[in-house]
Amino acid sequence: MSALISIDGLRMTYGRDVVLSGVNLKVQPAEILTIVGPNGSGKSTLLRAIVGAEKPKAGRIERSPELRIGYVPQKMAVDTRLPLSVLRFLRLPNHSSSAAVAALKQVGAEAMVKRALADLSGGQLQRVMLARALLGAPNLLLLDEPTQGLDQPGSAALYKLIEGLRDDLGCAIMMVSHELHVVMSASDRVICLNGHVCCEGHPDVVASAPEYRALFGSGTGGALALYRHEHTHHHHDHDGDDHDHVHGHTHAE
Amino acid sequence: MMATTMTMSTGTPMLNDFLVRAALAAVGVAAAAAPLGCFVIWRRMAYFSDATAHAALLGVAIALTLQAPIFPTVLVVSLAAAVIVTQIAGREMASDTALGVIAHGALALGLVAVSLVDVRIDVDAFLFGDVLAVTRGDLGVIWLGAFAVVSLVVWRWSAWLLVVLSPDLARAQGLDPKREELILTLALAIVVAVAIQVVGALLIASLLIIPAAAARPWAKSPEWMATIAGGIGIASALGGLQVALWADTPAGPSIVVVAVFIFTISTLAATLRYGWGGSS
Repeated sequence: MSALISIDGLRMTYGRDVVLSGVNLKVQPAEILTIVGPNGSGKSTLLRAIVGAEKPKAGRIERSPELRIGYVPQKMAVDTRLPLSVLRFLRLPNHSSSAAVAALKQVGAEAMVKRALADLSGGQLQRVMLARALLGAPNLLLLDEPTQGLDQPGSAALYKLIEGLRDDLGCAIMMVSHELHVVMSASDRVICLNGHVCCEGHPDVVASAPEYRALFGSGTGGALALYRHEHTHHHHDHDGDDHDHVHGHTHAE
Repeated sequence: MMATTMTMSTGTPMLNDFLVRAALAAVGVAAAAAPLGCFVIWRRMAYFSDATAHAALLGVAIALTLQAPIFPTVLVVSLAAAVIVTQIAGREMASDTALGVIAHGALALGLVAVSLVDVRIDVDAFLFGDVLAVTRGDLGVIWLGAFAVVSLVVWRWSAWLLVVLSPDLARAQGLDPKREELILTLALAIVVAVAIQVVGALLIASLLIIPAAAARPWAKSPEWMATIAGGIGIASALGGLQVALWADTPAGPSIVVVAVFIFTISTLAATLRYGWGGSS
């Protein structure tokens, strides 16, 4: 099968700041691809470039003719001053009510249909956003930190839902996440981003790559590194991977 | 003074016509401003609308200097100011400080410019409006402008709602947030240009914001909020004119005072009914 998206030499800038450079990337049908990277590493920018919200400074983004994108942006300003029901939100700008209700059912949020958008909890809102992304029968879902603001059981449930959607709908999923411990296990492929693609591949390969360690093993990534290393520790316990273990502890301090 | 004379001689057909014109002008402006005002509130553009309205005074000065017609000049200057402000204040329109400087700077600059113009004019009329002096021609322009604004709002309604919620989501839907923003700005500039004669540059923003804010607690959908706001705007326009006639007060500020009164009643009633903050 041909790739849904082929990115070649992508360069993105904000004013004088180079956010991304030399990014090459292909997204294959029905794969779960996760992008990890520190804050400001260009993860959201990459997604926004694919959606077309930001124009590339250089490079190409080739989209398959069959590509239909469902997009969940990083943040949405839901204000109590705007009286908007979930149904009305899903119908914007011109979707049918029946399609909106069907999408809510797919994410297990049909009970939300009449609720005011501003009254939803973080997890409910993320499900509604996901439902919205499903409306155009996408073959690629772009999710920008879909579990932000959710507690652990909440994000675990959401990841399970996302995996289920891939299985049911056969759509590819490209998501940005901070929760490396969960994401790593649910992904087919991980891309570690820091202005450029540091390393990529199967989750286990990325987790043990020196570039990845360099990013998440120090500074603000310390806490995340701890998570990951504990996870690695569990994973590799049987292999007697002591080095990993010690490494994790060093960074935890 | 003028209003007193009028009350005493309401009987003559000509003066009746005079009042009818004022009422029609005020109603037209209020009905157009209120639904647009919902977007001003949702997009947090209060300061932005102030800056645009204040720039209208500069437009008046330019029109007088060039001896150009006021309405189109004010429209162009307000639109230009709004576009410049958008560029300076950045993508989020949330830069309070920059907008504050521009809003008040434009007002001061306009006042200075008007004073430099050779033609002797009544600055008050442009600051506080002069709805009782509306001519038939003015009325035509006001209703044309009001109709254009309402048409733009209806036409772009869903698109603007999506842009308010998330520009990225709008973009993913094939809309161009920048273009939608520009059309919204154009609608705002038209409101400013037609409202300057009714409530004056200083109070235009209040005609946008107050009816929409008063409508919020009673609206279950954005469409209802705009409709209720329109009703409150019209009620304020008619009520304000009535107050101006009874109490011999300036019409523009009286309209705004009535709108604030309705807002206060609405907020109190909503608080009694739903409790503090529970408006949805």
